[in-house]
Amino acid sequence: MINRNPQLNENGVLQHLLTTEGLPVSVLLQILDTAESFVGVTERDVKKIPLLRGKSIFNLFFESSTRTRTTFEIAAKRLSADVINLNVAVSAQTKGETLLDTVDNLSAMNADMFVVRHMQSGAAHLIANHVQSDIHVINAGDGRHAHPTQALLDMFTIRRYKRDFHNLRVAIIGDILHSRVARSQIHALTTLGVPEVRVIAPKTLLPRMVERLGVHIYHDMAKGLKNIDVLMMLRLQKERMQTANLPSFEEYFKYYGLTPEKLSLARPDAIVMHPGPMNRGVEIDSGVADGKQSVILPQVKFGIAVRMAVMSILAGNQA
Amino acid sequence: MKIHIKNGRLVDPKNAVDTVQDVFIAAGKVVAIGTAPGDFHANRVIDANSLVVCPGFVDLSVRLREPGLEYKATLESEMNAAVAGGVTSFACPPDTDPPLDEPGLVEMLKHRAKNLNQANVYPIGALTQGLQGKRLTEMAELNDAGCVVFGQPDGLLPDLRVLMQAMNYAATFNFSVWLRPQEINLTNHGVAHDGEVATRLGLPTVPVCAETIALSNIILLAQETGVRVHICRVSSAEGIMMISAAKQQGLPITCDVTINHIHLSEMDIGFFDSNCHMMPPLRSANDREALRKGLFDGVIDAICSDHAPVDEDAKLLPFGQSEMGAMGVELLLPLTLKWGMEMNLPMIEILAKITYEPAQILGVAAGHLSVGSAADLCIFDPEYYWQVTPSAILSQGKNTPFLGMELPGGIRYTLVNGHVVYGKSV
Repeated sequence: MINRNPQLNENGVLQHLLTTEGLPVSVLLQILDTAESFVGVTERDVKKIPLLRGKSIFNLFFESSTRTRTTFEIAAKRLSADVINLNVAVSAQTKGETLLDTVDNLSAMNADMFVVRHMQSGAAHLIANHVQSDIHVINAGDGRHAHPTQALLDMFTIRRYKRDFHNLRVAIIGDILHSRVARSQIHALTTLGVPEVRVIAPKTLLPRMVERLGVHIYHDMAKGLKNIDVLMMLRLQKERMQTANLPSFEEYFKYYGLTPEKLSLARPDAIVMHPGPMNRGVEIDSGVADGKQSVILPQVKFGIAVRMAVMSILAGNQA
Repeated sequence: MKIHIKNGRLVDPKNAVDTVQDVFIAAGKVVAIGTAPGDFHANRVIDANSLVVCPGFVDLSVRLREPGLEYKATLESEMNAAVAGGVTSFACPPDTDPPLDEPGLVEMLKHRAKNLNQANVYPIGALTQGLQGKRLTEMAELNDAGCVVFGQPDGLLPDLRVLMQAMNYAATFNFSVWLRPQEINLTNHGVAHDGEVATRLGLPTVPVCAETIALSNIILLAQETGVRVHICRVSSAEGIMMISAAKQQGLPITCDVTINHIHLSEMDIGFFDSNCHMMPPLRSANDREALRKGLFDGVIDAICSDHAPVDEDAKLLPFGQSEMGAMGVELLLPLTLKWGMEMNLPMIEILAKITYEPAQILGVAAGHLSVGSAADLCIFDPEYYWQVTPSAILSQGKNTPFLGMELPGGIRYTLVNGHVVYGKSV
């Protein structure tokens, strides 16, 4: 039986980043503070620092992704690591190799770090429990479970614009049920001391007992957005019509899509976030996505700094 | 072979016996209890001082993985495991490959099992051909071949029309029908209870209503057809209430629960422990309490191991892709004892749940020790605690959430038809 939080070692030091759940505030703040120091790097002419020189980082993506994989790759390269991209969805696994066989083979090639995305919840935990203790695992998204670096870059963005977590009201809007991003955001927000986190969605897109995660449930945007400082939108997948979670994009947009009118119900200085890629006209109106309250592009930029921070802390080469 | 078991504490729930009494065995049967028959000269004397002597256990669900799935386990390995667990009779579900839906397959299994000379194997016949839920099997023929009951044990219930016909047909011959209540349309790819833990871990779910809706259909059809129904693996508090109400109406319904569900809950999944991937899923702590109490109150008649050996590779996968099931035939006594001791029950009531009660459900003459009955019995040390480790388990499957735990109840001897089929010196 596995009792200890598997991402911390015996001394409570971060060994892997698998989820934001159960991470101490000090670790979250350490990542955010380290990321601050890397934001400058990404804006310099020479965008490289030698922290991870000679280290091999394997991007192990069992599920297709362009944006997340690219930002991890950029982050690793700016730290001077060697990056190997493996699109496993179309290679070994289709030839019948198991997940852990693939990991063993790559470990034999002297990997120092795995960045893993997989369609099954718990895949990153499985790998982290399996690899030798000198190999680090970063979860880049597992099923519906967790996407910790996305949540951390969201926290970084919120801190940049709102300074303090302790007086905020945050709403997460959309498909919470299927969202690993939402789960990781909720744990990060509640750990960092945000006093009120709301989820706004129809009942078909909310998991059972989600209130046990420390959130308040709203089904109505007008009520849910009142006094909100931060709006975190989620991507809506097309499959939700086929699985009978929703009748149509149109009806969803009418009741839950973020338009300038609905945004006006939140606080006037509220910021709007989205993990991307956006479905304009489905969960968010272009007027909002491109509007002055949107911080969606800064999120992408900060994503690189946050991923650099996670990699450098894990590698023990903290700046 | 004549055996004299002396100084043991004889516990026989059916005959309401719990006293220190000797047992005398000859020609495979119990010939006397208490004092030896006049001309009795034992070939072997077993000293059972400070040990419990009781009927061999009857397990309502042990998967042998034969035919077809021998890479997970074999008849030999699992039959050895059964007697090491004190189990002398068990039912095996038809979810083999091919399923037990033809008399020839059943005869072959019975024959192979008989040659091993160990526990008595009672195959559960498939209720529908290929377990597909479309066409009835030849139940009467299967019965001649050795199937005593019929079922669709992995929750794949046929549509309601076929289910009603199958129940009616089984009732014609007075066969009982064993069903695990789970509505497939509400299950989909679910792997965990629809509750807090699945929400946290982002696992697809099996809601309680998948059990209660199926249960409601089964109970109404049982009423309609008059067939005897055994509900396999109840998992929820709501399910127990429905079964309790059906029993109060006088319907011929019985039910069982697994050793896992009376001790574990969704919380035990922890960080995706695939040994906790089982069906029905481990439910909430409230459900577990209701199961423990339902067993205590008698709404739940029996405890089974739901033994499902799985090879290690099939568990070393992300939770949702790992194969479901837990081995357990060697943990049947320890986990039943643990439950009974925690509920402060007398030994006789604890053992009833794995001897006489399940024998009644299976409809076989086992699970008691009367003069003239087959000498299927078990001798165990209730004070002995042992640690569940891969090497302590004989089953080919080492997959159980209880690995590493210390459990009570050490089997010393198991006898089937008067033969010592398992013996362990301390």
